[in-house]
Amino acid sequence: MRLIISYLSGLIFGLGISLSGMANPAKVINFFDVAGIWDPSLAFVMGGAVIVTFIGYRVVLKRPAPALSDSFQLPTRRDLDLPLIGGSAVFGVGWGIAGFCPGGALPALGTGNINVFIFTAALLAGIVAAKILQSTLFNRGQAKA
Amino acid sequence: MIETVFTPLQSLTGGALIGLGAVILMATMGRIMGATGILAGILQPNGMSDWSWRVAVLLGMVTGPALMQLLTGDLPEIQVPVSTLMLVIGGFLVGIGVTFGAGCTSGHGVCGMARLSPRSIAATITFMITTGITVYVIRHVLGA
Repeated sequence: MRLIISYLSGLIFGLGISLSGMANPAKVINFFDVAGIWDPSLAFVMGGAVIVTFIGYRVVLKRPAPALSDSFQLPTRRDLDLPLIGGSAVFGVGWGIAGFCPGGALPALGTGNINVFIFTAALLAGIVAAKILQSTLFNRGQAKA
Repeated sequence: MIETVFTPLQSLTGGALIGLGAVILMATMGRIMGATGILAGILQPNGMSDWSWRVAVLLGMVTGPALMQLLTGDLPEIQVPVSTLMLVIGGFLVGIGVTFGAGCTSGHGVCGMARLSPRSIAATITFMITTGITVYVIRHVLGA
């Protein structure tokens, strides 16, 4: 049951990405190209997604626990730190260069388009490199302490 | 450069479905619908039951385009206005950035913003600005 519902939630998300244009780098880059061939569509994607999630989370998170799991797993940190801001800044540069973000690229794999696979392979390499870097930095921090 | 057509209604519908998927995952599994978090958990498994639901979500995402084709007759359009080298460099930077930043457009931009998380709001503002600057520099300064 958990796997079927997880699959369905991913399927609805993937359908949404497919319809929205988030899987299309040309559309994504044009959204940011306010000074050029601007396409404001992505504001409608973000707007629709945030409004539905905002209302849905209000309702869902009032319950004591999720339907198929013991507890809600929500990030609790509220502080802003360098990895968060620096990492997000680097993500934006990469997004601006390639036009794909992870949430756009993963569903787009289903189209079989070779460019999506190239991007996703590089994405995975970046994630692995960052994990190695993170654990190196963490170990150095531990040694200092 | 490839011109694209403004699609407010279709994009709004797609956005609402993205939100619906996120709400269902929270209501049932109690998890954030973040592509970065789900992918990271698949690469670094934390037990079989934690791994399997993530793979199920990923499989659902990947079959999204087929469902769109079933419903509308068309696969989503994928137009790539950049070179393969830029896809590789961009993809690598995205991977580094979302790992250190602990989230991307779905986790921070949709789920975190909807929770009014200060970290997610700061992350989203940051990447929207740097994406905008990057696109401006590539298109209008470098003239690619």
